[in-house]
Amino acid sequence: MIEINALHKYFGKFQALSDVNLFLEKGHCYALIGPNGSGKTTLIKSILSLVIPSSGKIQIDGKVWGNNPEYRKMIGYMPQNPRFPDSMTIGQIFSMMKDVRGEYVADEELIRSYHIDQMSHKKLGTLSGGTKQKVNAALAFLFTPQILILDEPTAGLDPVSAEILKEKIQQERRRGKLILITSHILSDLDDLISDLVFMQEGKIMVQCSLDWIKQETQQHVLTKAIASWMKNQNVDR
Amino acid sequence: MIVRYFLLFLSLNLLSSVLRCHVIEVGSHSAIHHIREALALAVDGDTIEVGRGNYQEQNLIVSKRICLIGKDYPVLDGEMKYEIISVTGDSVLIKGFHLINSGVSGTIDYAGIKIYDASHVVIEDNILEKTFFGIYSQNAKNCIIRNNRLSSFGVDELQCGNGVHCWKCDSMQIIHNTVMNHRDGIYFEFVTNSIIWRNVSEKNIRYGLHFMFSNHDTYVANYFHQNGAGVAVMFSNHVGMFGNNFTDNWGDSSYGILLKEISDGYIEGNSFFSNTTGIVMEGASRIVTSKNKFSENGNALRIQASCMDITLQDNEFYSNMFDVATNGSLVLNFFNHNYWDRYEGYDLNRDQLGDVPFRPVSLYGMITEKNPPAMILFGSFLTKILDRTERVMPGLTPENLVDPQPRMKRFLL
Amino acid sequence: MNKLLKYVIADILRTKVMIAYTVLLFLISFVVFALENSPGKGVLTMMSVVLFMVPLVSISFSAIYLYNSAEFVELMLSQPINRNKVWAGIFIGLGLSLIIAFAVGYGIPMLLFSAADGWVLFLTGIFLSACFSGLGLLSAVRVRDKARGIGAVLMIWIFFSIIFDGLVLFLSFQFADYPLEKPLMVLSALNPVDLSRILVLLDMNISALLGYTGAIFQSNLGTWSGMVFISIILLFWCVLPFFWSIKFFRKKDL
Repeated sequence: MIEINALHKYFGKFQALSDVNLFLEKGHCYALIGPNGSGKTTLIKSILSLVIPSSGKIQIDGKVWGNNPEYRKMIGYMPQNPRFPDSMTIGQIFSMMKDVRGEYVADEELIRSYHIDQMSHKKLGTLSGGTKQKVNAALAFLFTPQILILDEPTAGLDPVSAEILKEKIQQERRRGKLILITSHILSDLDDLISDLVFMQEGKIMVQCSLDWIKQETQQHVLTKAIASWMKNQNVDR
Repeated sequence: MIVRYFLLFLSLNLLSSVLRCHVIEVGSHSAIHHIREALALAVDGDTIEVGRGNYQEQNLIVSKRICLIGKDYPVLDGEMKYEIISVTGDSVLIKGFHLINSGVSGTIDYAGIKIYDASHVVIEDNILEKTFFGIYSQNAKNCIIRNNRLSSFGVDELQCGNGVHCWKCDSMQIIHNTVMNHRDGIYFEFVTNSIIWRNVSEKNIRYGLHFMFSNHDTYVANYFHQNGAGVAVMFSNHVGMFGNNFTDNWGDSSYGILLKEISDGYIEGNSFFSNTTGIVMEGASRIVTSKNKFSENGNALRIQASCMDITLQDNEFYSNMFDVATNGSLVLNFFNHNYWDRYEGYDLNRDQLGDVPFRPVSLYGMITEKNPPAMILFGSFLTKILDRTERVMPGLTPENLVDPQPRMKRFLL
Repeated sequence: MNKLLKYVIADILRTKVMIAYTVLLFLISFVVFALENSPGKGVLTMMSVVLFMVPLVSISFSAIYLYNSAEFVELMLSQPINRNKVWAGIFIGLGLSLIIAFAVGYGIPMLLFSAADGWVLFLTGIFLSACFSGLGLLSAVRVRDKARGIGAVLMIWIFFSIIFDGLVLFLSFQFADYPLEKPLMVLSALNPVDLSRILVLLDMNISALLGYTGAIFQSNLGTWSGMVFISIILLFWCVLPFFWSIKFFRKKDL
């Protein structure tokens, strides 16, 4: 579904992505993990063309799209720090998104389960971080996209809401969608993901399935598995 | 003076009524069809009454003491070839004609009515249209030109003469005429002891009033409006200008009045409204300018350094773009008790006079005076800052050019 | 045609700054037209206000708006919308909002006092709103840091409002011995504020006062065609920032 070849990105002299090669498939849920500043968000934004790569090739659904924005119809994106126009109400932002995308058949499950429709008259400027995140999540899932890119999806959400979101993610994965999550809180992802992509200093250190890493490290908890794998890597080095 | 004129006027009236011996009628229904014949028949003291009609009489020469009176404005047509009436005799009255189409020439000054070397001629209530010169007096004395309406072609300076033109005259009275579309509305050269009163001179190509080498003249309550270059008063002395209106003389080199080489004059109670420059003074001296209103002019006043002993007091300046412009330091002129709308001083003792002097020359005004292209910055933020700074800390504007006691309030009607 | 446009405009027109700007402009225009005894004088006073305020508000508001709505822009760009369209939406939306605010704030008092002389200033204010909002967006899209960006925007404003005129004055003194009218005329085309000022002055027939310079304007262009010519350059000034900034926006990393 997503194929990335030899992707480089420089911000001035700073190299944010260096020779990234990645192949992501349908029906998988990838965790994109790595320390702060390892290039996770840059990679995501490159896929969305929010960041223009310095070199390399990104194919989505088997095609290089270039300036053609149509491929983003396939993608639902949940950015890290959502901020919406302050003077708009929740209802307006949803109708605006529908209007702008020109799609009116929508998946409103999250809207219902988060009770967003009940506060549709509220102005976005007055919302708390958590509520904004809920709106953010609902927007990402709204148009039943084939690919879901979620940047720190559970950040700022209370446990119940986080659970609802995770439930939704799993459900979508079962429907055969490609899901790419970045998160610092690894424990959150434990029961969600099928594959791991680990990044450091702009490079992909490893891409593997969860089962494989658990086997390799003999650990069943994700956090521990990764920690122990990293330790081994360092020893190898 | 006025009494003298009044007596003169009275005696003329008396004379004409006492001496009215014969009335010769001219017209299509009368025995005499042509004015020319009537003029030949008439003797001193006769009256010729011309009935309605269109008369092509070529050039009429009036050399006898007669009254030539038109009834219902008979038309005298000069066919674009002739001077219509030439007055060569004294004590002639010409009244109530409609004169059209005088000759036009580059070498001969064709006029509607021309007075040659005569005195006590009265020209009144005539309408002159499409005449080259209007009413032309040459070497005349004690003549009255009154209630006439004059207009010319209004095309360019070569195709129009002057409206009321006086050359080498004395004791003339130019009263309540309307002159438009001529070259100069009223033209005086070597004219002395005369009065110009209640005339309207507008839309003339060059000057509304053109005044040269004419001393001891006064003009009162005239209205000069939309003339190409305003009014020029040059090379004269003892000229009085009272209660005139100078309005909308707006153009590249236009002004309300130009005073050039003028001395011992009075400018009082005039109004200068919406002129490019209200008054321009060049080489003027001993002029008292008081109780005039200057409003909405580009420059209210331009005093060149060649002027001296100019007194400016009790005038009002408001809504002008620049109040006073000068090219020198103006040491020898006196400003006092004027009202300036830009004045921001205070009056602690409440005598209606400001306690702080006012400097009417703005810094930006000085800059454009030295460097005219800088005018392109007019109205910009920068020039406002410059002027404000200069007003707070004067340093560059002429030090002696101040109104020491400006008025706090407007006081003229 | 551009769905984003109406949302941008609706969003901006509801901000407090915009409402305050409109009200302030309205009050100033109202007072000026009420106090000045002739509408012509009122327009001249308003010209100073408009030339000062409209560029300042337009340029700084636009820049700050773009900085503050970075996430919104990101959200829009993650949708299947072309970058050019997003930029056009923001650009035109901001420009139109500022124009609407100006048109209401200045236009209504002008109509109330039927200051017929004020139409050219009205037109000028619209040009300035569009042009400076464009310049604000241009600098905001070029400079990533908000503080530096706002600094840059203020510098641009000071440059066009004061420094440029200072340079013109300086040059006019330096080359006072040469016929400067035409070069200065060409030079003033480089500054939309100066152009606007000259446009208003030409219309008010103050060009006679401008002496030879005014005569040059009038004889070279004639009042009417001169005004059309200046309007075209001003229009160019409104469009130029768009095409310049869109080049940067296409390559901008968000």
